[in-house]
Amino acid sequence: MTYLPGLVIALALLWFGLSGETSPFFLGLSVIAILLTLLLSARLKVIGRDASPYHRAPQLLLYMGWLVVEIVKANVAVIVRVLGPRHAIDPAVVRLRTRARTDLGKALFANSITLTPGTVSVDVDGDKVLVHALVRENASVASFEPMDRRAARAADSSKRKG
Amino acid sequence: MHEALVWIGGGLVIAGTLLSLLGAGGVLRFPDVYTRLHAASLTDTGGATLVLLGLGLVSGLQLDTVKLFFCWAFIMLTTPAAANALANAAYGSGHKPRIGTFQIVPADKNIPADDGPAEDGPTGDGSSGK
Repeated sequence: MTYLPGLVIALALLWFGLSGETSPFFLGLSVIAILLTLLLSARLKVIGRDASPYHRAPQLLLYMGWLVVEIVKANVAVIVRVLGPRHAIDPAVVRLRTRARTDLGKALFANSITLTPGTVSVDVDGDKVLVHALVRENASVASFEPMDRRAARAADSSKRKG
Repeated sequence: MHEALVWIGGGLVIAGTLLSLLGAGGVLRFPDVYTRLHAASLTDTGGATLVLLGLGLVSGLQLDTVKLFFCWAFIMLTTPAAANALANAAYGSGHKPRIGTFQIVPADKNIPADDGPAEDGPTGDGSSGK
């Protein structure tokens, strides 16, 4: 239950960010709301290292910053394809092997691929990710290597326990 | 200063709207479900980011900015799940992606998509056929 404090802080920040209320009455309501959310989360068994990765928050934020830059680049590439002649697209399918070991790492990698325009992860099976890409040159195994490396570094802690 | 921010923010909102329009154009233009997903993700990422960034500049730094940031974060977390669900459903139901000048990868041989192009023709172009 070491992930509980992180979840409580995140929920409190979310509540305050959305409401901005400071009167005692509303703060009391916030406590009730957070407790209810915790109760439901516990019933759903989603309090755990993969569902509340707040212990990796700095690394994940750093990764997010890098990903935003990649997304901007990919946006430009896809805009060019949308406006270009029809034969400018050259779709391909590629099967990658991810180095991520935890579910969080795999989910982060697959979702990053999907979030980047021009590539969609179709299926994840074990450590293999099936990717559909708009342009073949973006679909080589090597072109996903930096993202895989960074995602794994952001999500998988070096001292891992299962 | 605030005046300038409002103008820049307004420009970003318009740019984001145009980008979303471009994404919609791509959805109409691309040949199959997978390539259309790529066009749709322009709207999800670039369009939404530009619009929300523009709104943040217009509103100035206050609580609304935080809410806009939450909106952005949730969009970034949820849209890949939706796109992946679509792609996975299409793939799972046997809808083969149309591969351009196809040349497929190592790793595994059991990709149904790599034993040839789907229905009509080796190019990604289905509409202006023979």
